[in-house]
Amino acid sequence: MKNGFLVFLASLIALGGSWCGFVLAPVLQLGGGKQTTILNSSGLYPVDRPGMANQGLQVYRANGCAACHTEQVQQSGVACDVVLTGAGKNPEVVTNLISSLKLNGLDKDLADALVDKITAAGGKAEIRIVATGPDIDRGWGRRHSVAEDFLYDDPVQLGNLRIGPDLADVGMRQPDANWQLVHLYAPQSEVKGSAMPPFRYLFRVKKIGSAPSPDALAFPKDFGPPAGYEVVPAPQAQELAVYLLSLHADVPLHNAPFSQSAAVFKP
Amino acid sequence: MLALFGGAAFWLVVCSVLGLVASIKFHAPDFLANCVWLTYGRLQPAADDALLYGFCLPAGLGVALWLLARLSQTTLRGIVVPIAAANLWHLGVFVGLAAILIGDGTGFAWLEFPRGGSVPIFFAYLMLALWATMIFAGRRERAMYPSQWFLLAALFWFPWIYSTANLFLVAWPVRGVAQAVIGWWFAGNLLVVWTGLIGLGAAFYFLPKFTGRPLQSHYLALFGFWTFILFATWCGIPPGAPVPVWMPTLSAVAAAWLLVPLLAIFLVVWQTVRGSIMPNWNNTSFCFIGAGVDSFLLSGLMLMAMACPQISRVTDFTWFGPAETQLRLYGFFAMTMFGAIYHLLPRVVGLEFPFPKLARAHFWLSLAGVALLVVPLAIGGVVQGLKWQNPNAIAFADTTKAMLPFLRVSTTGLLLMLLGNLLLFVNIMGLTLRWKLALLKQFTAFVKSPLAETSAGASLRDEKEAQA
Repeated sequence: MKNGFLVFLASLIALGGSWCGFVLAPVLQLGGGKQTTILNSSGLYPVDRPGMANQGLQVYRANGCAACHTEQVQQSGVACDVVLTGAGKNPEVVTNLISSLKLNGLDKDLADALVDKITAAGGKAEIRIVATGPDIDRGWGRRHSVAEDFLYDDPVQLGNLRIGPDLADVGMRQPDANWQLVHLYAPQSEVKGSAMPPFRYLFRVKKIGSAPSPDALAFPKDFGPPAGYEVVPAPQAQELAVYLLSLHADVPLHNAPFSQSAAVFKP
Repeated sequence: MLALFGGAAFWLVVCSVLGLVASIKFHAPDFLANCVWLTYGRLQPAADDALLYGFCLPAGLGVALWLLARLSQTTLRGIVVPIAAANLWHLGVFVGLAAILIGDGTGFAWLEFPRGGSVPIFFAYLMLALWATMIFAGRRERAMYPSQWFLLAALFWFPWIYSTANLFLVAWPVRGVAQAVIGWWFAGNLLVVWTGLIGLGAAFYFLPKFTGRPLQSHYLALFGFWTFILFATWCGIPPGAPVPVWMPTLSAVAAAWLLVPLLAIFLVVWQTVRGSIMPNWNNTSFCFIGAGVDSFLLSGLMLMAMACPQISRVTDFTWFGPAETQLRLYGFFAMTMFGAIYHLLPRVVGLEFPFPKLARAHFWLSLAGVALLVVPLAIGGVVQGLKWQNPNAIAFADTTKAMLPFLRVSTTGLLLMLLGNLLLFVNIMGLTLRWKLALLKQFTAFVKSPLAETSAGASLRDEKEAQA
């Protein structure tokens, strides 16, 4: 190898290959950004977040929340649960039958056979598709995150380290805005022993004027400000809370199916 | 050279301080919590970027320039260019870090500098790289040594990935998870490929020089080079990522093939240093670079493990990932650069380091620091991952608490590294002071005796080269 140009050319090919693969191809495949249809529905997914939530995403970025939180739920597979939706004419027979059977975490064939059995006994049963895996069991989401979930995010904040819990579905888990704000102001008040730093600089502590502010936080016991004072979120904190509440990837999709809950019959 | 390395050593200390403060926050979340620009989510990226852009890149560029000039058998000319570039670079790093701390970071890992920081460092890099290419083009020795392939490929690759990432993610952002894919591609190529090429290029020059054995062999090194850039450039998309399945699959396959260049590099290094380790034990540069190459191989194995879907199910999102990154950036790259700097800086300046014994202390502090940082994080990461597999028995908050003892040890590791980095900083500053004094002395001698003009003028020119 005496020729510098040859090194240059060969590097160009070897290195440029990966550029085509992981820059050009993803932009062509994903950059178009089309909505997708929701499974068993004509609705489109996703819809853009409200403007305040998009500003909240900027607060999320500026404070580096992604250094500790991921926004991607993973699943290890899919399983079928069989649920009884009606007991028919002989409820006792059906109840006895299902009490001796394993109804959760089945594969498709077994679930089908089970439904047939219950139907033969006069009951009504349905198959529900559920995602499985540790993240799902923790209640962090109903299915794994997919590319569609992030269509309107800029910057996309997937994160890669879970010092704190995953937030892909935090809006479903904790839909209460006051909870989110109090947790931001004093994490240990809502989660005992939390390692999250308090974000007090996003709030103002002020003397209660003629009337308490409508935005003032409602604290759990022992954690509020001194008497006569109230904690009011700054606009940034409110935007961040709206963004957190807007995080719920709770729609079944073609590539991430699950069954919405059916009316379960309880004998 | 002094401008590049002096600034780099300064940023290294900055990085250690930021990293240490960030780490203390695990043990006391309330620590400095009221200070907006010292919140963990800003400190940690700032510490990471201070290490990467503040130290690793300028130090790597400085070493690459010196090696290319050495291997081309030419002297450094046009000194103004690298001096200006070094200052522009450090200005860019300053603006970038300040921007992260005031909340203007871009939100992309390893690419946090906004335009005010990224544009200066991009152009500073171009200046240095073009200058290096001109040195290479004007080489007197036509035959190429393996190190030159590594260095040239790295010089050429950074502007490409850095401009791509900044254009597609910051200037005109693409939509959706394509952002994440490009971000992973960029980070992988900078952290694994660029540092790998520069670090190995330096190791392949210095190790044969120290041991007195020629590189064993050029062909194997060439094979390692091609396979490394062929496979390592495709790594980085994590197995569980919410992207089309072909991307992580391709990354996993490439990571598995990474074993081939790792083996080739191991063989080259082993056959070159075999039997020469004990005689070189007192050579601090040799120890630094040896430890660096070991860390490179180990972090390569960790990278392969994380790309394997069966293992990543446990290690994903745990501290295992940061452990790998720290081992690579600090254990491999920074240590290799320390070794190179301790060797080349006295030769460039023509003066000895003022405190040569501190270099030895720096080595032991760095080695102990990296071990105390990386080993607990890696073990803790696996423990953490195994606990996460058991969602019904172990609450998430408990897994976080169980990580605290490991983090405590890693904070100690960071403290040792900070001490070591301070020693390097003191040594380089001392050397700079010495050199300035010598320059002053020469200048006064030059003024006092016009008759000795020719010789003094010549040595003044040498000193100017040193400044670059």
